[in-house]
Amino acid sequence: MKRILVGIKRVVDFSVRVRAKPDGSGVVTDGVKMSANPFDEIALEEALRMREGGAAEEVVVVAIGPPECQQQLRNALAMGADRAIHVQAEGIVEPAVVARVLLKLIETEQPFAVILGKQAIDDDNGQTGQILAALWDRPQATFASSIKLEGDKAVVAREVDAGIETLEVDLPAVFTTDLRLNEPRYVKLPDIMKAKKKPLSTLTMAQLSIDGAPRMQLLRFEPPAQRQKGVRVKDVTALVAALRARGLFQ
Amino acid sequence: MNKVLIIAEHDGERLNPSTAKCVTCALSIPDAEVTIAVCAADGASVAAQAAALQGVKRVIKLDNPANAHALAAILAPQLAALAVEFSHVLAPSSTFGKDLLPRVAALLNIPQISDIMAVESARRFRRPIYAGNVIVTVEVAAGDKLAATVRVASFGAAATGGDATVEERALNLALPTHTRFVSVSKPQSGRPDLQSAARVLSGGRAFGSAESFSMLYSLADRLGAAVGASRAAVDAGYAPNELQVGQTGKIIAPEVYFAIGISGAIQHLTGIKDARTIVAINKDAEAPIFEVADIGLVGDIFQILPELERQLAVEGASDAEAHSGVGR
Repeated sequence: MKRILVGIKRVVDFSVRVRAKPDGSGVVTDGVKMSANPFDEIALEEALRMREGGAAEEVVVVAIGPPECQQQLRNALAMGADRAIHVQAEGIVEPAVVARVLLKLIETEQPFAVILGKQAIDDDNGQTGQILAALWDRPQATFASSIKLEGDKAVVAREVDAGIETLEVDLPAVFTTDLRLNEPRYVKLPDIMKAKKKPLSTLTMAQLSIDGAPRMQLLRFEPPAQRQKGVRVKDVTALVAALRARGLFQ
Repeated sequence: MNKVLIIAEHDGERLNPSTAKCVTCALSIPDAEVTIAVCAADGASVAAQAAALQGVKRVIKLDNPANAHALAAILAPQLAALAVEFSHVLAPSSTFGKDLLPRVAALLNIPQISDIMAVESARRFRRPIYAGNVIVTVEVAAGDKLAATVRVASFGAAATGGDATVEERALNLALPTHTRFVSVSKPQSGRPDLQSAARVLSGGRAFGSAESFSMLYSLADRLGAAVGASRAAVDAGYAPNELQVGQTGKIIAPEVYFAIGISGAIQHLTGIKDARTIVAINKDAEAPIFEVADIGLVGDIFQILPELERQLAVEGASDAEAHSGVGR
């Protein structure tokens, strides 16, 4: 079956202003709204469009984390994914561990594409797709703003510092999504009901023979340095005077 | 001794300023010996520029026709082969480094720390998470080698005047052919580079159209400034993606940053908070951008901009030239 694998990470919602705990031991997440990583929803939307366009037959979503991840998987099923896999893990799961889990699933699922977000908006690491592509020994097309499937190849436009770079990659390949790849669809109420009947399987790290222990220690969480309070000026003349006072313009 | 390998970013002819900033970061690692790797089709010119950076011990040139374009799948195996003799592998946190370094780290089976903003020891670093709302101190276990991307806005550029040795290394590796370069959009001509410009004028959703947004270009050209944009302005099609500043775009540290018609979402603020001076112009007096602005002006951008251009225009192009491309 022509299959696409999509990663879904449960993260603190983008609209929440996250704060470090006063004792520096972590960040405040109690009672905070949790959502799927926005880049992952873009990844799922892209996979769904490929399936709807006839290029794929099945879209499988994967989440790694605590039991609550299943909320995001159910939501992904409601968006239109066919099947979900929840890999149970507690605490911090480093990108290299996520990549090894995905690689294990690739062995059984044999997807022609793995689509992931370019970064998660919690840890902002931006590594998983590239690590997976290396371990899988397959092409990577990161920061994609357009993916066109052409037989056993894909032509990908990537958002790079210089502008847009276009690559051609052989399939199977790993893609990571940038913001403007697509706009994810909204979930409709009947689809939420339907999603409850879609298959969601659960695996443990032990079943996949993966050691999920982190290699990095997070020692201290702090708020960023605050900028000093600025001044309000009343008009352009005062603005230009303030700029000149700072030696910025002559 | 900590043997640090920096992966040079370049366009085949010119070394990107991000590399000199990585050198500064590398030199803040205790007891560091710094080497720069240049992967190119013909890296002679770039290697010479890298060798001139002060504090660099040697430059290793990996010339290969396959390296004409920086494709991660092709560069990574070469850099992994080279990196085995190093304790640290660094690359700039640009799209080049972000794409490439995790692939190198994976081949070496070493952990990567992304976006380091400060060095606390050879194994301990500080980096932003949650769009810069939190700074975390990360430590890699003793004995582990590590890879790290360098948040270039946090480090100044190493000076030139150095005289490192340049050596050529031939690697006998079968490189993949599954990834092929097709094209890259041509860089904007004339205007300073957003990431190294001393002055940046950035526009947001308030411009309302691509046509209105182009007002910024004329003012920017007068001031020798680079142009940036908020995500909202890019999403709306007012500005191209390479101008986006913020968590998922470019992180910059100019002398002066003008946020014009930008409300100041946290994802945007994380991209500008290292600017020396932030100027905010917005008609909404409650906009969050004013919380971080050094100088704030509440008002209609369509009235303020022409007036600003008129008042600042008296300083000629000579002054603008003196300021462009200085950066931090």
